[in-house]
Amino acid sequence: MIEMSDVWKEYPNKTMALSGVSIKVNKGEFLYIVGPSGAGKSTFIKLMYREERPTKGHIFVNGFNIDRLKERKVPYLRRNIGVIFQDFKLLPRMSTYENVAFALEVINTPARHVKRRVHDALEWVGLLDKAKMFPNQLSGGEQQRIAIARAIVNNPAVIIADEPTGNLDPETSWGIMKVFQRINERGTTIVMATHNKDIVNTIRRRVVAIEHGRIVRDENKGLYGYDD
Amino acid sequence: MTIRMIGRHIREGLKNMWRNGWMSFASVSAVAITLLILGAAMVVALNAEQLSTYVTGELEINVYLNQQVTDAQGQQVAREIDQLSGVKSVQYISKEEGFKRLKKMVGTQYASFMESVNSGNTLPVQLVVKAANPRETTKVAAEILSVPSVHNIQDGENVLGKLFSFLNAVRDVGLAFVIALIITAMFLISNTIRLAIFSRRREIEIMKLVGATNWFIRWPFVWEGILIGVLGAAIPFAIIAYGYQFLYHYSGGAFVALSFPLMKAGLVAHKIGGILFGIGIIIGLWGGIMSVRRFLRI
Ligand SMILES: Nc1ncnc2c1ncn2[C@@H]1O[C@H](COP(=O)(O)OP(=O)(O)OP(=O)(O)O)[C@@H](O)[C@H]1O
Ligand SMILES: [Mg+2]
Repeated sequence: MIEMSDVWKEYPNKTMALSGVSIKVNKGEFLYIVGPSGAGKSTFIKLMYREERPTKGHIFVNGFNIDRLKERKVPYLRRNIGVIFQDFKLLPRMSTYENVAFALEVINTPARHVKRRVHDALEWVGLLDKAKMFPNQLSGGEQQRIAIARAIVNNPAVIIADEPTGNLDPETSWGIMKVFQRINERGTTIVMATHNKDIVNTIRRRVVAIEHGRIVRDENKGLYGYDD
Repeated sequence: MTIRMIGRHIREGLKNMWRNGWMSFASVSAVAITLLILGAAMVVALNAEQLSTYVTGELEINVYLNQQVTDAQGQQVAREIDQLSGVKSVQYISKEEGFKRLKKMVGTQYASFMESVNSGNTLPVQLVVKAANPRETTKVAAEILSVPSVHNIQDGENVLGKLFSFLNAVRDVGLAFVIALIITAMFLISNTIRLAIFSRRREIEIMKLVGATNWFIRWPFVWEGILIGVLGAAIPFAIIAYGYQFLYHYSGGAFVALSFPLMKAGLVAHKIGGILFGIGIIIGLWGGIMSVRRFLRI
């Protein structure tokens, strides 16, 4: 599903964010990326959806050869990946329903499919009753669930999340994790960068630790391993 | 690209215009003013062209014979000129006839003065010559001038030449002015669209994230430019088409002072319509593409 071999990433300002990362993630896996601030977690994630290009090395995601992917093919890669962020990235002038439908409309999904698929996605995240409300009328956890609905509405093979619970209180974070677990159970691969020790130590999954741009640990059902 | 997609892009383009209403208004106005000036100039130019064909059709050469040439001798010269190649007709105006015409022109006010000079009619014999081909009037005039006993000629070409060189100068200045205005309008449009891109940066970010193609993201902004151009052309087109139609009917289809026929209102609308809308669309398209290329980093 995801494969990186000897991937290096140097930013234009000469910061070496990743130094020789190799990893293989199978379909249906649930993967935590942990590590101290500035270790390169977000960079790792950005490489997967081709927000950044590797300086060196090869990356495959869902059959796309990312390091050689032509610029105009990038959208088609993104249609196979759902991306979720700490800050939700919702459109404030659109309702819950419209935010999710937007993701389908801009990839030119036939109108007759949009309604049903948005409905299904909102049902998955438990927000059907809030479909007509606007982001500023909803709690942080609910907003993040809109973002998740938007990420899964196109049935992507992979969900990539960069600190999805970073802005949420512990209670709400558990709710979000429930959603992720359910999505994972239906066979979607999940890669999630996080600083949430409790979650990693409770919902035990594969843990990949990155420090100074290198993978220093990779264990199944691992622990968070840091104090913060 | 499906109709549904084009419809969506146009709708989003309109939304862009609506959201930055004042900037859009400024851009549309700039295009409209530019094209209004261009259109008005075209109306003048079209009628000037019409005038020139009309006038050259009516072009006459006034030939004045030497003063001592008598009427009888004049008849002879007239026949001679009639033989020249390129001459269509010669009208003979005797000294007597010429004097009558002069009297009529001068009017009743000076009638008594005219009576007093009647006896010593010193007017030369006048011939009015028409060239077979009006465009060769000058050539024919030169030939006539070489006929003995011809004193001088007026071929009318002079006045017309001056009129046309004046109109040409007006056209050149106007063209330079219009080009400067077009460039201004283009930059205003591109700036308006830059604002639209800026106010939609979050949407654009999400569109990229969920896999919208680059052109899907670009089209609404290109359409915004086109719409500004079309609207900017429609306004001056309507003003000129209706304004001209009104003037045409008001003046009875002829230019007041010179009484030459004006170009028909429908024909004017037809001729300027294509150009105004064409230029409007090109200006808008250019503004849109410029903005998308420079400000939409995707
Ligand atoms: N666009 C960029 N340009 C230059 N340097 C960057 C850029 N993005 C990240 N970096 C640098 O690359 C390194 C890795 O950053 P990254 O964002 O991947 O860390 P992270 O593990 O996600 O940290 P955090 O846990 O704080 O989110 C850091 O030193 C950071 O300053
Ligand atoms: Mg990060």
